[in-house]
Amino acid sequence: MSLDEVALQEWMHRVAHGMADRRAFLRYMTGLGLSGPFLSNLLATYAPAQAQTPQPRADFAPTKRGGGGKLRLLWWQAPTILNAHLASGGKDLDASRVVCEPLAAFDPDANFVPILATDIPSLDNGGLAQDGRSVTWRLKKDVVWHDGKPFTADDVIFTWEFAADPATGATTTGSYADIDHIDKLDEHAVKVVFKEPTPFWYDAFFGHRGHILPQHLFAQYKGQEARNAPYNLKPVGTGPYKIVEFKPGDVALYEINPQYHVPNRPFFDTVELKGGGDAASAARAVLQTGEFDFAWNMQVEHQVLSGLERGGKGKVLITSGASIEHIQVNFTDPWTEVDGERSSLKKPHPFQTDPLIRQAYALAVDRRTVAEQLYGTGGQPSSNFLVAPPRFVSSNTTWEFDPKKSAALLDQAGWKRGSDGVRVKDGQRLKLVYQTSVNPIRQKTQAIVKKVFEDIGIAVELKAVNAGVYFSSDPGNPDTYSHFYTDIQMYNTGPGSPDPQAHMDRFTSWQIAQKANNWSGRNIPRWSHPEYDRLWKQAATELDAVKRTALYIAMNDMLITHNVVVPVTWRHVVSATSTKLRGMDVTAWDSNLWHLAYWYRAA
Amino acid sequence: MSRYLLRRLLISVPVLLGISVVLFSILALAPGDPFGELALNPNIPPEVRFTLRKQFGLDDPLVVRYGRWLAAMLHGDWGYSFVSRLPVQQLILQRLPTTLFVLGSAYVLALLIALPVGMLSAMKPYSFFDQVATTFAFVGYSLPTFFTGLLFILVFSIYLGWLPFIYSSTIEARGFAWVIEHLRQGAMPITVLGLFEAASLTRFVRSAMLEVIHQDYITTARAKGLTESLTILKHALRNALIPVVTIVALQIPTIFTGAVITEQIFRVPGIGSLLIAAIESTDTPVVMAITFVYAALVILFNLLADLIYGLLDPRITYS
Amino acid sequence: MREQSDKAMTAVKAAPYGATGLAAARSQSLWRNFWRRFCRHRLALLGMTVLMVLTLSTLFGPLVYHQRINDIDFAVSLQGPSLVHPLGTDDLGQDLLARILYGGRVSMAVGLVAMLIAILIGTAIGATAGYCGGWVDHVLMRLTDLFIALPQLPLLLLVVYLFRDTMRRLFNPELGIFLLIVLVIGGLRWMQPARLVRAAFLSLKEQEFVEAAVALGTPPLRMVLRHILPNALSPVIVAASLGVGSAILAESSLSFLGLGFPPDMPTWGRLLFDAKDHLDSAPHWALSPGTMIFLVVLSINYVGDGLRDALDARKVL
Repeated sequence: MSLDEVALQEWMHRVAHGMADRRAFLRYMTGLGLSGPFLSNLLATYAPAQAQTPQPRADFAPTKRGGGGKLRLLWWQAPTILNAHLASGGKDLDASRVVCEPLAAFDPDANFVPILATDIPSLDNGGLAQDGRSVTWRLKKDVVWHDGKPFTADDVIFTWEFAADPATGATTTGSYADIDHIDKLDEHAVKVVFKEPTPFWYDAFFGHRGHILPQHLFAQYKGQEARNAPYNLKPVGTGPYKIVEFKPGDVALYEINPQYHVPNRPFFDTVELKGGGDAASAARAVLQTGEFDFAWNMQVEHQVLSGLERGGKGKVLITSGASIEHIQVNFTDPWTEVDGERSSLKKPHPFQTDPLIRQAYALAVDRRTVAEQLYGTGGQPSSNFLVAPPRFVSSNTTWEFDPKKSAALLDQAGWKRGSDGVRVKDGQRLKLVYQTSVNPIRQKTQAIVKKVFEDIGIAVELKAVNAGVYFSSDPGNPDTYSHFYTDIQMYNTGPGSPDPQAHMDRFTSWQIAQKANNWSGRNIPRWSHPEYDRLWKQAATELDAVKRTALYIAMNDMLITHNVVVPVTWRHVVSATSTKLRGMDVTAWDSNLWHLAYWYRAA
Repeated sequence: MSRYLLRRLLISVPVLLGISVVLFSILALAPGDPFGELALNPNIPPEVRFTLRKQFGLDDPLVVRYGRWLAAMLHGDWGYSFVSRLPVQQLILQRLPTTLFVLGSAYVLALLIALPVGMLSAMKPYSFFDQVATTFAFVGYSLPTFFTGLLFILVFSIYLGWLPFIYSSTIEARGFAWVIEHLRQGAMPITVLGLFEAASLTRFVRSAMLEVIHQDYITTARAKGLTESLTILKHALRNALIPVVTIVALQIPTIFTGAVITEQIFRVPGIGSLLIAAIESTDTPVVMAITFVYAALVILFNLLADLIYGLLDPRITYS
Repeated sequence: MREQSDKAMTAVKAAPYGATGLAAARSQSLWRNFWRRFCRHRLALLGMTVLMVLTLSTLFGPLVYHQRINDIDFAVSLQGPSLVHPLGTDDLGQDLLARILYGGRVSMAVGLVAMLIAILIGTAIGATAGYCGGWVDHVLMRLTDLFIALPQLPLLLLVVYLFRDTMRRLFNPELGIFLLIVLVIGGLRWMQPARLVRAAFLSLKEQEFVEAAVALGTPPLRMVLRHILPNALSPVIVAASLGVGSAILAESSLSFLGLGFPPDMPTWGRLLFDAKDHLDSAPHWALSPGTMIFLVVLSINYVGDGLRDALDARKVL
């Protein structure tokens, strides 16, 4: 039985409304090779929205608020500002999430969970307009700010104005730029109107880009004044905890909000969020001494972590991640300076533009060893650049580790071994400089890759750049990842939200990073292809979810077949927690603390 | 002497200004961007970064920026951190007590160990005591503080479970319990740092004492019938102290900027870790303020050291 | 004529107060005398020997010991000492002895050369300041204050960023980086020796033997080099011996900032840093580089003791 698109959509609509057998649908689709989570997500778009208030767990149904004592959290980067719209890193987003809330959040499976909204807008409840131009949110009533004032639609509208204003320089501005205006329907309902049909409507007001700000306090701190507001350091929010004390770069102390809008929550009375130090000692503090209950982003070698876990005081929590550690290939020449810049589009790379060379690279990276030995359960080898959410993951690609085949390709491309073992062609040595940031796991990955490359005749010089410098956006600094003044480089990136639109924009031709745009473009390998550009533009306005998904999968496949990047490891979110701590539901799509109100300590 | 003192103090002002110019230029020219993390996020358009840079005047010419900073300093305004927008003074004052407690105690500990051990070693060179002390000093010195720190953590926090290893600046206990808690968590960073400093200081004290102990006037003093302790303390020590004073004077200002690695390992929120965090996020106002205070302390303590030389050795004169 | 009076001068100097006339009568060159005295110092000789052994083994060891430094083999990772791997392996299964020998070359070279640079600059500046006094002293000391006050980290970033590519081009990449690192480490560590030398000069300048030399018409340079400096060296030697260890470790902090040698160069400081997270599971990994650094620092210290005792005119050896 073949299924055309229209019929498929019909079927999905009927299944979602309970008018057709869900099981039969699932069985058929799984037979086609589609995964469960993908299908659930797809159906969710068609399903009537349900108020998905997370149900209390069977083993914990609190009858009163508080009583849980102190929760100690350890982040190995210290928060410096408590306003998510002005934040510069994940640590600030998490620290402010304890106090502030968005309209909706993302759970580990990338489902939408309403927080300050009563339900998730969808086609069926009328929340989502058919033409994709507007979204109507219904807000929870009886929510108060920590200073006692009520939460209303004005706060939502103000948040948009604040973030969208270029003078504010908000880091979340990209999520609000597509909004044309917001209509206030009443005190607890708003209609967000976009400039164009926007399939990616679940960006503004979601997750860590959607913290609602109190209009009555921030009104005088709009635009240029934004960074001077005292509420950036002593925030007032609607969240489960209020801020007590904040020492930037050191520690933040919070206490319970007795007016929190979810009954009998949260569990803990006070929270301490301490920052600083390194990941390995943070792991020790949770897993070995039990001084802390939870530690974030454990970028620690798998061997070390599992050794620490054996003590039994804590455990390592792995959540399916969204980011891919990958090697990028430079399509321009980083060693020749043209008009004051290296890696310029005017001078293509002497040998990396040859597809055989790039294919040889891809075959010579031992992904399995890197994943198993260095990341353990915290990562797995991948053949894709787009690794999450599951419905966007392509099943058309595979990866292979075959140094012999790689060597054969190099022979085929005309590179013969010289007297010192390094391949030569037309007087040019096959020598690479391979850079990444300073990070023990990355350095070991470099060592593994270098060993195989040298065995097949490619000379490799390693370079490790201080992370603060590597990831900076300083146009004057030649060591940044966007300057890409080496032949190959490696780092980790992923879609910041469950939609790959912004993420896949990294390979379009108008994003190429060059001196002219101060290296702010996001296309770092400097590769371009008209077909890729066409696919991306089409996906940006495509309202049909199925078509859109197919477009992104096609883009991913292009990246892999052209070997623009060599995906190395699909990295998961690794946290360390005490054995008694429950309820975290850590997700790759939102803050680690999105579910803080529901955390508890088992007896 | 007082004329010399006055002259030195007067000269300190332009010297400090000169140092501040050099400091400011280095910070302005060094690579780094306070808004670097924004570059990683695909949702932030480049205009946001440029607006921010303009807002903080990061793209203005160097002279203008320096002038602005100097004018503000003269009014007592140390500026605002780029990152957290707190006044810099507040940031520093928040961390000063911790710094003075941990690093100050470490240095006092170092002196308390180094002076007697160094002196005893010198009085009986190459004896058993001397050999043991030397070996310990060198073991302590050849290992970097991140290493000894970790060793201490493994032994005292993880195996024995006696001491906490994450320093908390917000202890809630009261009275005696408060003191005990502070001592418990400070014990390891203070000891690690103190031992590290003591190692090198012991060597200097020993070598200086050795120089002096063989001098004729010491033999004379002993021949005169003075007790050994009087001889050593009154005669030998004073003269041996000159190189020691040099070292100590050079090192006291470093208490202010702290031992960065130890602060990192134990997560002590001192000024040293503030400095490193500010350097890494290119938070120039904070770096400028801290290094400026440090420069002033260096000049002050060098002046003190020079004055003390005069007191210790009456033959030294300043024209 | 000049030479004879020199010899007489040194003979007089070499004879301590109360020494026998015989020693005074024998005319020996300062340096031969010094060497003789040095060899009498047992610990100094021991230190010298250990240093020689370490240097020779890092230079020639890799020719004899054939394990490669980067043979990755996860099957043998984190193993303790064994017949195949005398010092054990690290977490990638690489042989530690090979890495120690290979990296030792770099570490010791960096330690010694950086320390020499620091001592040379520091002594020159300190001696000039201490001897000349007046405004020269003033200016030089303020310069010293400036360098002490400089924040080392941004300065390092700046210097490396400005000069790295030039150095790579002028020399080959390895030598260029090596020179840059020793210049940077040495160039930021001369202040302490400078202050020490100056302090010593200030008090030595007033002593009688200097007065005597001036009366004899000794030119300033000879005064400084021949007469005052040897007596001022004692604290400098201590600083030098400590300086080697600290230079070796400073190189490791440079490399974890991404400013030093490439990450696969197994210098001792780097090995220590890589080993630190495995201290409880694989202590042998950290033990080898730690012991090496300790041995180097200890032996340089004893050599320094010997130097100081040999130069000390008053000591009877």
